[in-house]
Amino acid sequence: MGPTAASPRAPFTTRSSRSVLPGFGLSLGFTLTYLSLLVLIPLAALFLRAAGLGIEGLWNALSSARVLHALTLSFGGALAAATINTVFGALIAWTFVRYDFPGKRLFHAMIDLPFALPTAVAGIALTVLYSEHGWLGAPLANLGIKVAYTPLGIIVAMVFISLPFVVRTLEPVLEEAEKQLEEVAATLGATRRQTIVHIILPTVLPALLTGAALAFARAVGEYGSIIFIAGNLQNVSEIAPLLIMIRLDEFNYAGATALACAMLVMSFAILFAINLLQTWNRRHG
Amino acid sequence: MASSRSRNALREPAPVRWVLIGVTLLFLTVFLLLPLLVVFTQALASGLPVFFAALGDADTLASIRLTVLTAVIAVPLNTLFGVAAAWAIAKFEFRGKSLLTTLIDLPFSVSPVIAGMVFVLLFGRQGWFGAWLSEHDIKIIFALPGIVLATTFVTFPFVARELIPLMQAQGTNEEQAALTLGANGWRTFWHVTMPNIRWGLLYGVLLCNARAMGEFGAVSVVSGHVRGLTNTMPLQVEMLYNDPGEYSAAFAVASLLALLGFVTLALKNFLEWRHGDELTALRGN
Repeated sequence: MGPTAASPRAPFTTRSSRSVLPGFGLSLGFTLTYLSLLVLIPLAALFLRAAGLGIEGLWNALSSARVLHALTLSFGGALAAATINTVFGALIAWTFVRYDFPGKRLFHAMIDLPFALPTAVAGIALTVLYSEHGWLGAPLANLGIKVAYTPLGIIVAMVFISLPFVVRTLEPVLEEAEKQLEEVAATLGATRRQTIVHIILPTVLPALLTGAALAFARAVGEYGSIIFIAGNLQNVSEIAPLLIMIRLDEFNYAGATALACAMLVMSFAILFAINLLQTWNRRHG
Repeated sequence: MASSRSRNALREPAPVRWVLIGVTLLFLTVFLLLPLLVVFTQALASGLPVFFAALGDADTLASIRLTVLTAVIAVPLNTLFGVAAAWAIAKFEFRGKSLLTTLIDLPFSVSPVIAGMVFVLLFGRQGWFGAWLSEHDIKIIFALPGIVLATTFVTFPFVARELIPLMQAQGTNEEQAALTLGANGWRTFWHVTMPNIRWGLLYGVLLCNARAMGEFGAVSVVSGHVRGLTNTMPLQVEMLYNDPGEYSAAFAVASLLALLGFVTLALKNFLEWRHGDELTALRGN
């Protein structure tokens, strides 16, 4: 259907009771075609290829200690980073929405830096910063803490890359949260702590969870900002996306496919579970 | 008495406030400000002549050209898609709409390495179309088309994500009025819809472009890393960084990418400040 074909001048016909605007067929057709060609078919091809390996083939590709370690590291690290960012993200969002302080606008403008700074640049910058002679690495080394080229470095990179999600999802909710409710609670004799636990926290909880899920999903798959600081030691600091890369370089397509599918299935399952939790929360909250 | 009590119950005590502000500033300084400063200090550490020599290198210039060319193809494609998808989703009611919205976000939860890999499985030497492509002497993987495909995949949702909530919030009244007054579909789109969404569109294009030029993981899988031929800027940064003699050059190229990120952030904040009311629908997601 072309954009002019819908005879938009007759707004009272039954067909147009839903929408008189033209271009539905064209825009939806283009959307579905583009989505299918670029995203859905390539991803389906990946899963078909994995299915072709059979249960035994998948098991053989996934059951090695190296693969399990890489998966544990990527998902465990992402969980740690998402947790850190949930706590500090909530704190940061609160500070920006409720308080005034010098430099507020500058720091607020910087929050989205991880979205704007290319990951490879972030990766080498964090590595230099946390290496033995770096601005932060040197004082930490004096305390006996080694960050660069250890799993700790991986978590640092993951925290960096997923930092904006919780802050950005929480801010609008905090801004819109009715201060009136807090006033009512206070008038009725609630202490500040009671107000925060019983009034503010339930209001922001769904947004907090959404932000944490987005942060987690980003951190699990992250590659560019991690590989420089990780050290990439087999069974120590080798993340799953790097292992996929290594399998591809070895032309071990079966191994790469199996690992990629395992990662996708695990992340989709976690995102789906969080979605269910949100729906449940909306119904019973 | 009562009023002072309620005021205390609405705000945190001053020491708590200052601790929260202090933690916020410290966290953002450590994770955002210091990495950014490291890039520029390292880039200039060996002096301006070394800096400019690094940027004038033939392979580096080739990588800049390739990065710009990739973005020039990928960003308009995803912009066109974003507008079409937002038009269909925001202006019409149809079955499966929420599924479609979820699918559009899918590339955000796919690791960049997997995003690159799906195209290797399709078009690589051992891929589904590999034999046919090599028969006809068409190169997709380890060439420009593969780099563009991988980049388009990872930047796929950006424009659509900004436009869908914005256009949903604006409804269809203005378009209906224009159509009733006799404007055709395209005219209505260009003269009524476009002026309403232009700042949101620019916002989405900005973020899409930053990611397209900075993408590392996905491009790394499909590029083949040929200096001066299939190296984009982020890949050139990696290659120089891993070469012991080219450390300063790596940071020189990285500083160009950091500058891109910096400009993106500045423009983004300018848009939020100047046209915030026209972007408000964006804040809810």
